[in-house]
Amino acid sequence: MLKSGVRLRSQVCATEVIVVRAGDQATVLNCGGFPMVDLAQSQEPGPNLSDEFAGGTLIGKRYVDAAGTIEVLVTKPGAGTLVLGDTALAVKTAKPLPASD
Amino acid sequence: MTISLLLEMSVSGFPERTAITSGDESLTYQQFDDLVRGSGTALQQSGAKNLIYLGGSGLELPALLFGAAYAGIPFVPINYRLDNIRLTRLIERVEDPIVVVAPRYAESVGQSGATIHATDEFFAQARAAVAQPLPPADNDPEGPAVVLFTSGTTSEPKAVVLRHSHLLSYVMGTVEFGSADPADGALISVPPYHVAGIGTILTNIYAGRRMIYLADFDALEWVRLVRAEAATSAMVVPTMLERIVTALDGNTADVPALRSLSYGGARMPRPTLEAALKAFPDTGFVNAYGLTETSSTIALLGPEDHRSALESDDPGVRARLGSIGRPVPEIEIVLRDVDGSPVRDGEQGELWVRGPQVSGEYMGTGSVLDAAGWFPTRDLAYQDSDGFVFIVGRNDDTIIRGGENIAPAEIEDVLIEHPAVRSVAVVGIPDEHWGQAILAAVVPEGDSSPTSEQLREFVRARLRSSRTPDRLVFRTDLPATPTGKILRKDIAADYLASASADSAR
Repeated sequence: MLKSGVRLRSQVCATEVIVVRAGDQATVLNCGGFPMVDLAQSQEPGPNLSDEFAGGTLIGKRYVDAAGTIEVLVTKPGAGTLVLGDTALAVKTAKPLPASD
Repeated sequence: MTISLLLEMSVSGFPERTAITSGDESLTYQQFDDLVRGSGTALQQSGAKNLIYLGGSGLELPALLFGAAYAGIPFVPINYRLDNIRLTRLIERVEDPIVVVAPRYAESVGQSGATIHATDEFFAQARAAVAQPLPPADNDPEGPAVVLFTSGTTSEPKAVVLRHSHLLSYVMGTVEFGSADPADGALISVPPYHVAGIGTILTNIYAGRRMIYLADFDALEWVRLVRAEAATSAMVVPTMLERIVTALDGNTADVPALRSLSYGGARMPRPTLEAALKAFPDTGFVNAYGLTETSSTIALLGPEDHRSALESDDPGVRARLGSIGRPVPEIEIVLRDVDGSPVRDGEQGELWVRGPQVSGEYMGTGSVLDAAGWFPTRDLAYQDSDGFVFIVGRNDDTIIRGGENIAPAEIEDVLIEHPAVRSVAVVGIPDEHWGQAILAAVVPEGDSSPTSEQLREFVRARLRSSRTPDRLVFRTDLPATPTGKILRKDIAADYLASASADSAR
């Protein structure tokens, strides 16, 4: 279930994310071609990273879909591509604020 | 998700980058992380439910802030300038604390019953624990991360509870991870028991910006350190900026690396800001408005805003130099009249705010958020047509004279422009005829000795007569908190005490 604050990890690469904003649909978030699982879930030997979804994730970047219904923050980078349903997520362009404190 | 995540990501992203400099000592993110692990372990071993810190800025401060998060207990920094009795009272309000104290303040807490550890003793233990750390405590993201006591200018200090979720929302909503250049450095001279002192640690750690501490503020030392460390940003309170500008004595600061200077914590007098803009011509200025209860900054007036205001011919745009700017992302604001309804465009009302970084919660008394999550700042404000917000003053400071509401700031802003006035505060005093009368307390500039009548005439010529101070006193200074908030009750009390002493003669 995608809900704000939920932490997920990739089954096939090192990517870990935290959900910042999630839409109402119970869509599945994939990474590297496979559904992301709860961070707490233990690592199991499983599928390999799909070549088609090996774009990589960058630490500290936010990833969004075009509609802006989902936003996740990458807390650990990895080799896979983040995909919601059948759309790859893109890095959200940041509008930097001046440092205030 | 707790504030520990901020450090976790930074260590992961740039472990070898310098995180903190204090005096001659510097730590990389990895070294800092090790110290945090050791501190967190020592705190878990103590069994304490809260960590109280009585000390200044330096390496210990961020280590204890993150160490407390590691141990799953709240971090409670307290004001070392308070007298022993007040300090003991604050300590007694906190459950099962471990109190870590810098040696110079150790005597102040001798009488409290709590377990006291000197910082060097504590950190020796922390460093020893790095080799065999305990795992981090299971932290509830809704749990309290930091408890800060308000300055209590009008009553007993309130303990504001800032939860991990509030702080994370503030940091992640306003800072882009790792956005700082490795050569960047932020000079920090704000006190550790003030929300800005906490916010700055979190935002700089997440941005990957080196923190440079100046523990005891001195204007010339500040300038020297900015140059020596090539600081690229700095945060000050208005009284500090005043002292810096005075110390520069009309010269420009000559700090080529300083790209950004932010100020906040109290109202910035217009003449000070204008003098500072001249002294730092190549530096971008940022006004940050926020409260302890809102996890620090909720509105910003950025460098472009300052520049456009300064360069504009339009008085409406120029006026923005005195504004707090516009709300940060995720923050909503509304101005409400006394009945709670939103005011019409341009009208004054109380500023209420809402957003995930807003706590509005106090230890003991609970939340003051209304049913829809709005927090009352108790500041009177108005907005211009482009959404720039202007703070008129604290609601409570409004003087009601003969049925008219008078904002002290309106009179103060006029008097401060008089060349013989260095600083001024306007307060209400009880008056049989008017209800309240207007008292102006003035600190003269240098050796000048303006007369009461000269200054009252100065105001009378610029504002309507009901705004002319009824009484005017001269003082050598204005009572204020270390961050520059004027203690208005003290000014009124001092005047009334001397007035009754006079009448008793």
